[in-house]
Amino acid sequence: MERNITLIALFAALIAALAMLPKFMLASGVPITAQSLGIMLAGTLLGPKRGALAVLLYLGLAAVGLPILAGGKGGLAPFMGITAGYLAGFVAAAFVAGLLAQKWREKGGAILPALAAFIGGIVVLHAFGIVGMAAYADVSLAAASVWAVPFLIGDAIKAVLAGLITQAVMRARPGLAKA
Amino acid sequence: MISLTSETRTPYHSWRAGPKLAAMCLFTLGFFFVDSAIWAALVLVFVAGLYLLGGMRFAREGLRNLRPMLWICGLIFGWHLYRGEPLPGFIAVAKLTVAVSLANLVTMTTQLAALLEVLERAMKRIGISAALRGRVALAIALVIRFIPVLGEKGGYLAQAWRARSPKRAGWRLFFPFALIAIDDAEQVADAIRARGGVTEAE
Repeated sequence: MERNITLIALFAALIAALAMLPKFMLASGVPITAQSLGIMLAGTLLGPKRGALAVLLYLGLAAVGLPILAGGKGGLAPFMGITAGYLAGFVAAAFVAGLLAQKWREKGGAILPALAAFIGGIVVLHAFGIVGMAAYADVSLAAASVWAVPFLIGDAIKAVLAGLITQAVMRARPGLAKA
Repeated sequence: MISLTSETRTPYHSWRAGPKLAAMCLFTLGFFFVDSAIWAALVLVFVAGLYLLGGMRFAREGLRNLRPMLWICGLIFGWHLYRGEPLPGFIAVAKLTVAVSLANLVTMTTQLAALLEVLERAMKRIGISAALRGRVALAIALVIRFIPVLGEKGGYLAQAWRARSPKRAGWRLFFPFALIAIDDAEQVADAIRARGGVTEAE
């Protein structure tokens, strides 16, 4: 139990630390940071339940006012704005990435965890983000999808990194997957 | 740890966090169904007035927090304008601005501790056991402990890399960084267990 709590807290902190790494802004005002790499890793390394809980804890602390979201943002404002869909999608992204990574864990390698990170951290996350953007900006889903396109290259690189890091960490600390 | 609460005292600082949050949620939800540009403009003026009631310094601070939204609002309005729908564009931008501004107002005028208390009360009200609430409180404390520790350890790793290589470290540091962090978490878990551990939930 203690181990699960500390690992969940650690990954919430790790996402926050990655979100604070140097970033650059897109024209839509959304910062590109390593935050989503943290979300992918929470899922692929901790599994679906602990990964999603780590993300939930991270979002909860950001909501109560810690400036730990990408670009040093925090508080309730990001949850009420155009990025709200992405923030809600973080939890689902970690859960799906974790579920797939856990299912494919036996097969080893870096490709399957990268694929799990890709499906969770890109397909699922952007599905939530695009619906959120379309709802807030009162535009069609197709238009909101166009706004999401510039993220994709960076996110694909992060999914590959998540696969490589997951493989290396699981080889060094195989006990991590055990709840 | 830095929080986003404003140092400039306003009447809103003394309001209780729970009702303030409830009012923000209800107002934002109600405004979401407004489809009139005149009402949208009036509500925008009302929200600007709420900031100005806190004084010019407070309003300027609030405006500074909201500045990153300018690009998004420009993009949304520009998109609607391009499609020949300026009024729906204005209403969409007004809704977004009001929702974000009110949320920002609550964050700027509510202490972190007060919001954590609301969270604790909400968990109690929906029937989450004391043991589980205790575990959430422990996890929050651990995150606040881990963030600066991770920053420090990441800094040491980067220094060690720079001392040995003229190349930029970049992503190569992620793996040792993750291992150090995981080992640290395992040690903290052992330390908690050695001191009696956490109470199991019923």
